[in-house]
Amino acid sequence: MAKRVGIEVSLAISEAVKQAKVDAVAAYPITPQTHIVEHLSELVADAELDAAFIPVESEHSAMSVCAGTAAAGARTYTATSSQGLALMNEILYIIPALRLPIVMTIANRALSGPISIWNDHSDIMGARDTGWIALFAENGQEAYDLTLQSFKIAEDHRVLLPISVNIDGFTLSHVIEPHEFLDQEEVDAFLPEYRPAVQLNPDQPVSMGMVGVPEIYAEAKKCQDEVLKNSEAVIKEVFAEFATRFGREYRVVESYRAEGAETLLLTMGSVSETAMEAIDILRDRQQRSVGLIRLRLWRPFPVAELRRAVAGCRRLAVLDRAVSFGATGGPVAEEVRSALYGIDGAPYVGSFIAGLGGRDITIDDFIALAGQVEKMAETNEIHQYKMTGVRE
Amino acid sequence: MGKNFDEMAWHEYELGFMVTRPGCAAEYRTGDWRSQRPETDKSKCIKCGVCYLVCPEGAIGLAADGTYDFDLEHCKGCGICATECWTGCIRMIEEDE
Repeated sequence: MAKRVGIEVSLAISEAVKQAKVDAVAAYPITPQTHIVEHLSELVADAELDAAFIPVESEHSAMSVCAGTAAAGARTYTATSSQGLALMNEILYIIPALRLPIVMTIANRALSGPISIWNDHSDIMGARDTGWIALFAENGQEAYDLTLQSFKIAEDHRVLLPISVNIDGFTLSHVIEPHEFLDQEEVDAFLPEYRPAVQLNPDQPVSMGMVGVPEIYAEAKKCQDEVLKNSEAVIKEVFAEFATRFGREYRVVESYRAEGAETLLLTMGSVSETAMEAIDILRDRQQRSVGLIRLRLWRPFPVAELRRAVAGCRRLAVLDRAVSFGATGGPVAEEVRSALYGIDGAPYVGSFIAGLGGRDITIDDFIALAGQVEKMAETNEIHQYKMTGVRE
Repeated sequence: MGKNFDEMAWHEYELGFMVTRPGCAAEYRTGDWRSQRPETDKSKCIKCGVCYLVCPEGAIGLAADGTYDFDLEHCKGCGICATECWTGCIRMIEEDE
């Protein structure tokens, strides 16, 4: 059995990338992601990882290089954060359209302005509609496990789409946590060598990234959408295989003490662990019927699994860590409301925005949130979203 | 060949809508886009080949007598050949004329 090693989460992710035996890494440093690619650069320099490490002058170039290496049939990895992800934006859309299975860690960080290096989910929400699969990790072990699983999901010939593994900047990227690493033989057995479906090859020329005239553009987008939606089944398959092999189980929608709960909180990312502490207090000390739902998979949105997870609850408090300015709700809450619209007995959905730009969300905040949504549900308070913890 | 590219269902295309047959762009008849077509007065042609060199579509080809012919299935009617022709033997005329 693997032993537990205390190591910074960023380095654990680098270790997963090394064990995945990637062929190419192109990245530009940006806080709080830097440690990941810095360490990968060292591993390549020390010949512990036989890969091309391609330093670039910007994130736009990083993702462009990744497009090239992936098109050439290389297992490709990159990582970024915040402004870096924003600078990649143009190329992000092209990767899934070309069906290139790149894996990228996003150390989630707020977007400027004001300038903030601290954690929230603004960056990934801005890249929400780029067509990437998006997973969220809650701790270091999950970050390591999901990174390894992402290569297998992305490269499955039924998928062939890029994946972002989202980890909260600093809260995860810069903390030292215990990790159970797999042996290289275990990783090799789980994740075989990458077999590209098609690759750039002078002996069998293909052209990638062609113009899509009006007669075919809609078909191209329909195809991309179907493949993304269908990837959920493959994600579950890979999660199941990982659980069978290594005993750590992942679900696209996770729950914590949610059975029979009248009130549910819904979170994404590392703050879920704080929320679990709050649930224990609410359940054990206050005898209140409150549980927790955590979205592991953000894209494709797991509509059916979410409906199943919240069935029977009366109120749902969705915590967003990004603002969609002037929208009808926080980005996650909007999706949840849409997914539940028209469902018989659907719960009251409260949309709360907190934890922006590194503001802590405490156990007490979650306890207060449960009380607030219960109160709002009593009067069926119609609202778009509430920004909580803001000084008035 | 099966269906034309604009008749296929969304799931019938190549992966990532890539092109796997080199040169197949020639099958796309860009001549349909044209509103003006080039017409040559071959008595004025000095066989210099400037039109052949400047055509962005490769739609001008050498004829047996050393003058140049137009591939009207692909000529988009941009008129660069007419502008650049040294002797003015090429002129653009409206398609409905």
